[in-house]
Amino acid sequence: MTAILIPIIIVLTAIAALIQGIDVFGTFLIGAQKGIQTALHLLPTLLALLVAVSMLRASGAIDLAGNTLQPFFSALGIPQECAALVLLKPLSGSGGLALGSEIMQACGADSYVGRVAAVMLGASETSFYTIGIYTGQLSLKHTRWLIPAAMCADLAAFVAAGFFVRLLG
Amino acid sequence: MISYVWTGLILIACVTAVCLGRTEELSVAVTDGAANAVTLCLTMIGLLGLWSGVMELMEQAGITQKIARLLLPVLSKLFPSANHRAKNDIASNITANLLGLSNAATPFGLKAAEEMYQTMGDSDELLRFLVLNTTSIQLIPTTVAAVRAMLGAQNPFDIMPAIWGASALSVATGLLAAAILAKISRWGKQK
Repeated sequence: MTAILIPIIIVLTAIAALIQGIDVFGTFLIGAQKGIQTALHLLPTLLALLVAVSMLRASGAIDLAGNTLQPFFSALGIPQECAALVLLKPLSGSGGLALGSEIMQACGADSYVGRVAAVMLGASETSFYTIGIYTGQLSLKHTRWLIPAAMCADLAAFVAAGFFVRLLG
Repeated sequence: MISYVWTGLILIACVTAVCLGRTEELSVAVTDGAANAVTLCLTMIGLLGLWSGVMELMEQAGITQKIARLLLPVLSKLFPSANHRAKNDIASNITANLLGLSNAATPFGLKAAEEMYQTMGDSDELLRFLVLNTTSIQLIPTTVAAVRAMLGAQNPFDIMPAIWGASALSVATGLLAAAILAKISRWGKQK
């Protein structure tokens, strides 16, 4: 089902735009240019963080953290390899992406652990960063229950990742 | 903030490597990590470029606005006291997030939050909107799919149903936690 979904979205979008007399090809190119810039813009950050994550993995610190936290995470059904991802993702989006891709590479993109890491990345947001932007913009001083509620949502995403990968493959 | 995280990560790596006697692996990891970053970025350029192109078409063809209009009834239930302008900005924010355009989503989100803050202060509804923005509601996870494609996944997009399920549960948990915590804090004030 999902295999055909992406091509269909692209085709339907192109047809809908064509019917309205939009310059489909030119508009696509403008958008593609923006996407390429976004990806290139990400490179310095990815470079810094992938080096750090790669060092952490080689030093054995990631395995150490995973082993220490294992009782807690296995009770929640989170694979040990993804433990560090749970800690890093809410703090840094590109850090999470770097660590997640490292996990997928080490365990295989189609392995259970690799899929759980991918779902964790896709189903959660960089909560602390987002809260920082909004509270900074509004100069909001009392966030009251905002952070606890956001953490509940994050934890739910991480626990649900393992559950839904087992359920849906 | 990120400066502390980065320095901390590297420091932890160095200390652990020295303690466990893995300094040689550590220096190999520095060059490997740098090379991997470039490979990762190059593969992402293709898919991110393609998808941004499709998104631009959706924007121009008015598909984005149609989705936003579909959301308004639901938003009226979640944010009953938000005025018309705030609701429209919330709808645009959520639609952009759904389509994976987080760069486009943030300006709308900030406008909506400012409007709500000016009309009702740090109300429960404003905090509920912020909680919603700390959850992921992406329909098409382009970045994750690009990474999976690079690492040789059979069908990079086949994790979408699992991501939808986990996202939905996360959003529901966030909204539920917001409702419960708001009640508790109100109850605490009355006492």
